[in-house]
Order: sequence, then structure tokens, then C-alpha cells
Amino acid sequence: MMAHSAAAPVEQYNYDIVKKFTIMAIVWGIAGMTTGVYIASELAWPFLNFDIAQITFGRLRPVHTSGVIFGFGGNALFATSFYVVQRTCQTRLWGSGLAEFCFWGWNIALVVAGIGYTLGITQAREYAEPEWYVDLLIAVVWVVYFLIFTMTLMRRSQPHIYVANWFYMAFILAVALLHIFNNLALPVSFFGAKSYSLFSGAQDAMTQWWYGHNAVGFFLTAAFLGMMYYFVPKQAGRPVYSYRLSIVHFWALGFMYMWVGTHHLHWTAIPDWTSSLAAAFSILLLMPSWGGMINGVMTLSGAWDKLRSDPIMMFLITSLSFYGMSTFEGPMMALKSVNALSHYTDWTVGHVHSGALGWVAMVSIGSIYHMIPRLWNTTLYSTRLIYAHFFLATIGILLYITAMWVSGIGQGLMLRAFDDFGNLKYSFIETVVFMHGPLMARAIGGMFFVSGMLIMAYNVYMTLKNAKRVEASDASTSATA
Amino acid sequence: MLKHESIETNAGLLIVLTLVAISIGGLVEIVPLFYIKGTVEDVRKEDGTQAVRPYTPLEQLGRDIYTREGCYNCHSQMVRPFRDEALRYGHYSLAAESQYDHPFQWGSKRTGPDLARLGGKYSDAWHVQHLVRPKSVVPESIMPNYPWLLKDELDISNVQAKLTALKGVGVPYSLTTQEYDANVKNFGEDVAKKLVIANAETLIAEQVERANYDGNPAKLSEMDALVAYLQVLGTMIDFKKHDAAEFIEFR
Repeated sequence: MMAHSAAAPVEQYNYDIVKKFTIMAIVWGIAGMTTGVYIASELAWPFLNFDIAQITFGRLRPVHTSGVIFGFGGNALFATSFYVVQRTCQTRLWGSGLAEFCFWGWNIALVVAGIGYTLGITQAREYAEPEWYVDLLIAVVWVVYFLIFTMTLMRRSQPHIYVANWFYMAFILAVALLHIFNNLALPVSFFGAKSYSLFSGAQDAMTQWWYGHNAVGFFLTAAFLGMMYYFVPKQAGRPVYSYRLSIVHFWALGFMYMWVGTHHLHWTAIPDWTSSLAAAFSILLLMPSWGGMINGVMTLSGAWDKLRSDPIMMFLITSLSFYGMSTFEGPMMALKSVNALSHYTDWTVGHVHSGALGWVAMVSIGSIYHMIPRLWNTTLYSTRLIYAHFFLATIGILLYITAMWVSGIGQGLMLRAFDDFGNLKYSFIETVVFMHGPLMARAIGGMFFVSGMLIMAYNVYMTLKNAKRVEASDASTSATA
Repeated sequence: MLKHESIETNAGLLIVLTLVAISIGGLVEIVPLFYIKGTVEDVRKEDGTQAVRPYTPLEQLGRDIYTREGCYNCHSQMVRPFRDEALRYGHYSLAAESQYDHPFQWGSKRTGPDLARLGGKYSDAWHVQHLVRPKSVVPESIMPNYPWLLKDELDISNVQAKLTALKGVGVPYSLTTQEYDANVKNFGEDVAKKLVIANAETLIAEQVERANYDGNPAKLSEMDALVAYLQVLGTMIDFKKHDAAEFIEFR
């Protein structure tokens, strides 16, 4: 074989970097989700805090959120974007040394941030907890990422930039914008970890939720739509359902998402007009969101039988179903009257997870299963284990979100209940007692999902082991020949 | 007429147009908040001074412990204008009340109750006991124990650097006599004295001596600072002295 000759030519694609990010996505997935199960268990069985400062719920929750969003999600996005941009542009990734820098920079930033949280080093702003020095490293990594992606696009051997790359590009640009403006802060000293955010109170809240919601909109949605636009058609063996729909929903999604962050601040001390504007745009956003879902699901038309025979397809299509469901639930919760009940409760947590587990994790898992045999030039160790993973994951998500609906809506209703004399019917602690059951069910749901991830790790490990053995025997036969 | 094909075949154009599309929303919603006066209410005491003041050095160090422990993950500091919240917590929160909060701690989740108006509701001793072991005062509580707050000494070594940094982001702590005089005018002399950066350590010692939050006068613990912070939450504006209609126009 050519590849084994002594003077091997530069491979067509840089798969090495994609492999590294893929493996780290799985590693972070397991680490972040296991932390999630642990903190969920702390809420159900508080003795698990063990009076150890470093593992109390308040310090560990950011480890979970950063671990899954930026660790699992981030590595999956780096992996797939570098894979997709090379395949669709039919060119090798630009700047392989810089891509290596992205890999180490990103993962080291996450480890440093995570250890920091357990030691109490945090900006105390949700999903933007890393302190200023980690933020600087992330900013540099991100600029390099933008450079690599753009330069690879520039040297494409195709005239057209494929739709998946538009979404990846929008994600890279938006996250740069969000990250830089939301993390403006003044360090206390050059050698200390602590900083204070540049803005305060109402303005700080607006900036933070402009960031917070668009981390969802661009990190967890636009980017994963990019993933969807490559891997769903590939796995289905069909072209994208509607080219026109993809254009319309790309621009509508990018434009509208940035308006809706304020729905996280309904009824708070911000001017009402920002809140109303956000609610209106949230409703409008349903259309581009469902545009993406319809475009993805309908890509399967003519190949529906794959839903019976192909577990990877099951992951991808189920992810789109959850995407459709949570992008319906989201606008509904953005209505001020619904939000009055849902805000501050577990309903929000359930909503996030139907998006994060149902959409983000499922589409990533499907894409990773699609990529691995192609990256290592082998076949997956076991299809049955993918089925097992699929069902464990689906059961886990359903258990999780159902428990959170019960807990969230239940608490919301209890808190606003009055007795016949117009007094509050329940004290706050009575709602905590009520939530105990659903909180246990949620932790168990999370355990289901993590066990699926462990099966995935085993399946991937065995696949790579077999791939190595085949490669070794190939090499020895070509040596003797 | 621009055809979409020209965007698809030109990476530069794709980047520029995407940037335009994603920038508008934030510009329209956030930038005006820095210029529209009513965003943060102007709330004054009867003598004409500002009702909401920056935190004393001790309270600010307590706030730093609040953020360090990630309290915001389970507690909000934002009372909404609903009947049940008025009964449970008190007057709805004003933007003015968090104008010196870097970062804001409004929160997004109430696994535990809202804390925006916690100040003065319970005694210092209750807070100490509750933080060390919440179940000892609320048997059904699922909050973790924080025994180290009582054991660990409060680190005040960099308090002046912290206050200087906060001054850098707009909190009116004073370094010069001019700044001090401005504070006297805005907040009154009593408050202005507590905002002098150079006196931070003395101010902390005085406040702890006066209140003795953690019940142990011999020790300046993290508990002293945190309880001082919790006890000031939501107490700066005396809502009995304001007409409800006064704040509605800001909404």
C-alpha cells in the first residue's frame, strides 16, 4: 500500500488533529456528565457534599457546565469543523502547527478553569466562570481557530462554500464577539486570580445574558447545525432537503438569536422594552429553528428505512426531534406569563437538558460514530453496542426532562399558591421537600445517559485497538513482500 | 441584485455579512442601557443623599466569599413584582440596589429562596448556625454545610488592591480627599468614612468589633465577612418612606 511506503506523501487531509479532538470530546463527555450526575445526586442526597469545600454543589456545578459545554461540546465542534471544512473544501487544513496549538490551548484552558472552580476561583457569571487569565488564553485560541478555518476556506478547491461551513463560521464569529465583550474585567493584580467585571448590576446582567443565551444560540445551536448539515446527509446518503430553506434559516437564525437573551431577565430590574423585544424575537425564532429541523429530518425522505436499520441515523434524527421540541419549548417559556412560573425553577434546567442532551449530545454522538471508522480507516467494533447506547441515552433524557417538568412546574405552582385567607399556602422549604422525588429521578436519568457514554468509550476503544492490529499486520506483510 | 451565490463563493463577504447580522441585536438592546437615565433609578434618602451605597470593605470581602462559594447557583438576588414574592420576600428589587455589584448576582435558579432582601430577617447567630449546618435550623434543608467559614481566617491582605480595582470599574471608593469630599456630598459623612481605601483594614476591624458577627471576638473569620454581607442585602432603601408609584415609571 502507498501509505506504508517509506517516503509517504503528505496525506490529503489532516486527520490527526481531528482524531485528537474526537478522543477528547469523549473524555470530556464522560468527565463532565459524571460530574453532572454527582451534583444532581448532591441535590437528592445532600450528605454527598461531605463538608468538603472543593466538591460542594456551588463549586462543582461550573465544573459540570464547562465540562460538557466547552469540554465535550467544544472538542466535538473543533473535531467536526476541522473534518467538515477539509472534506467539503477538498483541501488540507491550513496551519497544522496552529491547529495543534488550538488543541492544547483549549484543553489546558479547560483544565485550569475547572481546577480553579473547585478552589473557589470564578467570575461568578454563569457559563463565563473562567477568570481573566483563562479568558485571555481562550481568546487567543479562538482567534487562531478563526484564522485556520478562514484560511482553509480560502484555499478550497470548490467554488462554493458548503452550508455546514456557514454555520461553523457564524459560530466562530459570534463566540468571539460574545466571549470578548462579556468577559471585560479588571484584575485585582497581575499575579492574582481575582478580577471584577467591568459592568455592574443591570448592565452586567444584560451583557451576561446576551452572552449566556447566545452561547446557547451559537455555541450549542448554530455550530451543531453545521454538524447536522454535513453528517445527516452523509449518513443518509441523500442531498440536503432544501437548499433555499437552508439559506433563509441561516440568516434568520443568525440575526434573531442575538435579540432574545433578555428573556432570561423577564420581570427583573431591567427596562421593560428590552424584555418585550426579547419575547417577540423568541417567538419569531421558532421559524428559523424549525426550518433547520425540517431541513434535517426531510433529508431522510426516500431513506426512511434507515431509521430501522442504522443506529447512527437514529441518533441523528432523534437529536433533530429534541431540537424541534426544545426550540418550541424555549419560545413558550420566553412568554412573560409562562416565564413568571418557569423562571428560577427546574423547568429551565429540564429545558436546557432536552437541548443539551437531546440535541447537542445526540447529534455529536451520531457524528462521532460516523467519523471514527473513516478517520481510522476501519469498521466500528460493535453495532449492537451503538443500539444499546442509543436506548440508554434516550431513556435517560426522557427520565431527566420529565422529572424536571414535575419538579419545576410543581415548585412554580406551590410558590404562587394562596390559602383561603390570601396568605401564602406553602413555605419555601415545603417546595424543597416536594422536589426530593423528582430530584432523585433526575439523578437516575443522568446515570442512564452516562452509562451510554461509557459503552461508547468501550466501543471506540475496541475499534481503535482492532484498527491498530490491522495496521500492524498490514505493515508486516508489506515488509516481507 | 445580490445573488446568494456571490456570498457562497466569497469567504470574505460571508464573514462580513454574518458579522453584520449578528451584531444588530446586541447593539440595539444593550448599548442604550448605558445612556438611558432611567435604567438605574435615582433613589434618595430624606436628607437628599444616595440611598444605595457601595459595600463597606468587610461587606465586599463577604461578597467575594459569596461568589467564591458559588451561592448564585442556588440562590437568586432579584425579587420580581408579584404578589407571592412580595409576601415571601418583600418589595421587588430595583436596578439601583445592584448598581455597585461587580458582578451582578441576580441568579437564575432558586433551589433555595431568594436572598435579595435577606438582611435583617434573621439574627447573626442564626446565620452562623445555619451556614455551619443548615439542617440544625431548617431540618429539611438540602444546602451543604459550610463549617470552614468559621474556621478560616479572613484574608484581608489584598483588600486595598480589591477596593482599588473596584474603584477602577466605577465604584466610588476614595483615594484622594477630593473623592472623599464627593462621597460626603453624595452619601453623607458616615458612609463616606467607610469608603476610604487607605483605611480599609481599620474599617474592617471596627465593623467586626462593633457587630461581632461570628460570636468569637478574638477572631476575624470568613464568617464575619459573609454574615456582614448577608445582613446588608436589600436593606439600603427604606421602602416605607417611598411611594409605590415612584418606581413604577422606571419599569
